[in-house]
Parts: sequence; C-alpha cells; structure tokens
Amino acid sequence: MTKQADLKLNVHGRVLVAAPSGELDHYKAERLRAQIDSTFEKSSCRHILLDMGGVSFMDSSGIGMIIGRYKKTELSGGRIVIANMSEPISRLFDVSGLSKIVSRAESAGMAMHMLGGSFDE
Amino acid sequence: MNKSLIKLEISAFTENISISRVVAAAFVAPLDPTVEEVTEIKTAVSEAVTNAIIHGYARQGYAEHRGHASEATHALESENSENNEAGDNDFVQIIFSAENRVVTIEVRDSGVGIENIESAREPLFTTKPELERSGMGFSVMESFMDSVEISSLPGEGTSVVLTKKINGAQQ
Ligand SMILES: Nc1ncnc2c1ncn2[C@@H]1O[C@H](COP(=O)(O)OP(=O)(O)OP(=O)(O)O)[C@@H](O)[C@H]1O
Ligand SMILES: [Mg+2]
Repeated sequence: MTKQADLKLNVHGRVLVAAPSGELDHYKAERLRAQIDSTFEKSSCRHILLDMGGVSFMDSSGIGMIIGRYKKTELSGGRIVIANMSEPISRLFDVSGLSKIVSRAESAGMAMHMLGGSFDE
Repeated sequence: MNKSLIKLEISAFTENISISRVVAAAFVAPLDPTVEEVTEIKTAVSEAVTNAIIHGYARQGYAEHRGHASEATHALESENSENNEAGDNDFVQIIFSAENRVVTIEVRDSGVGIENIESAREPLFTTKPELERSGMGFSVMESFMDSVEISSLPGEGTSVVLTKKINGAQQ
C-alpha cells in the first residue's frame, strides 16, 4: 500500500534529497522512514536534505522520524538539514527541542550549500 | 453555537488517525478560528489518537512488517490483530463538545492504560523508543491546548481531555 507519489527521493552525489508531501503523521512517518532508509543504505550518501515544502501537517511522529534520520546520518559521518519549513512545523520544532540539534535552511538550495553538495551532481 | 456535541468512533488502525483530524477541523470551523488555532487543535487530537492506537492498543501497523527485534513477539501479535478485521473490537472514541467558544475534546481508549501518568507527561518520556517515538506527544498537547487532563487505569484504558478557548480572528 505504499504511495510512492507521497515522497520524492533523489541522490545528488553524497546528498540524499527527500521531499515528502501531504500529512506527516504516524501512518505516513512509518512509510517515509522505510523508503528513505532503504535508498540511503543502497546509495553512497552521507547526508540527508529533507525538503518539507510539500508537508501540510506534522505531529510528533514527524519529530521522531527526523531524529531517527539525524542519528542515521551521524553514524555515517554526515548531517541532516531541513529546508522549507512552514510556520506550524517550525513551532513543533521549537516545542520539541529539535531546533537545538537539527539545522534548518530557508530553501533547498541553501540546504544543499550547507551540506557542501550541488543539485548538478 | 452555544452547545454542540459530536461523538466519533474509529477502529484502532493507524490509517484512521487522519479522519480524527478532519473531523476536529470541521467541528471548530463554525467558531471561526484562526488557521493557527485549527492547526493546534488538529495536532493535539492527532497526538492523543495516535497514543490511543499505538500505546493503548499497541498497534503499530507498518513498522511491524520490518521486524523490530526488541518487540518481535509483541509485534507479531499486533500484526495478527491488525489483519484480523472481523471481530475487531478495538475502538478509539473522540467526543467533541463546545460551549461559549471553549472546545473540549475527549479521546478515550479501552487499552492497556498508563501506569504512571506523572512520568508519561514528562518531555522525552517514551515506552516505545524502538518505534522512534520522541516522547514529546503530551508536551505538544500541553503547549497547543489550554489544558490536558489525563486519567487512566492500567488494564482498563485511558481518557485524555483537551480543552481550548477559540479566540478566532476577531479577538
Ligand atoms: N492512550 C495511551 N495508552 C497507554 N499508554 C499511553 C497512552 N498515551 C500515552 N501513553 C504512554 O505515555 C508515554 C508518553 O506519551 P507521549 O505521547 O508524550 O510520547 P510518545 O507517544 O511515546 O512519543 P511521541 O508522541 O513523541 O511520538 C507513551 O510512551 C506511553 O507509554
Ligand atoms: Mg505520543
């Protein structure tokens, strides 16, 4: 029952770009992490760029999913950067303390720059 | 709107969580809430309903198919019950009421219950770290709503009562 259309995954060099869309609740988070992890493990990626521009809703399930991916990139000596966060999702980041450990960027381009990668790769 | 009431009952499957958010948004709509208030209410309801399903009834759905070692036996049980559609008696009840712009939403389950409510409320406290839960659900509910009351009896179930005054755009 995986809805692939709900998640775009692209590899640019060392950076896995993941762009989910729709409502990121427990049901969705479980599917996202499975898809992100399997692509991450199969590729030679070290970093994850999570583009939240298409996410219309998120609860603490999304927080847990992001912390999990943060740990995963740390293990491979990489980082995770979150781009295009909406105002409500930003608030959830602040409430949960996630803003203290995960970097964010205004745009996917800036996030890519922070990760030292390029969309041309 | 002076007094209104909606009772919603959903079977304990993780794919039903989104329905509770849709009904929450529709229920508060006549009060002319701000976009922010709607998001806060939807988020708090989503937290409480998710807790009822994944903790109360121990239904994790998809994660179980990936086999979490620490929960292998448990997962198998839940997977069976998740597939067992006929004779399925696990429901989450969501009762929406409003009086004079104060919205009250009660989320009830007849699941395992909470042994220690004090510690459950603590930020970062979770009994399901292997499911990548962050232990922030109650903290999110508390910061988005005016009050969060929890009552629970181990073996009987849990009730979470969320209240919030809707100020709306006009203030
Ligand atoms: N309806 C419930 N039935 C049984 N236990 C519950 C219920 N709701 C919460 N709990 C218990 O309270 C703990 C804390 O809940 P909380 O929502 O704050 O965190 P979480 O669900 O573990 O993680 P998160 O919500 O951040 O994903 C849970 O780990 C669980 O042990
Ligand atoms: Mg929770």
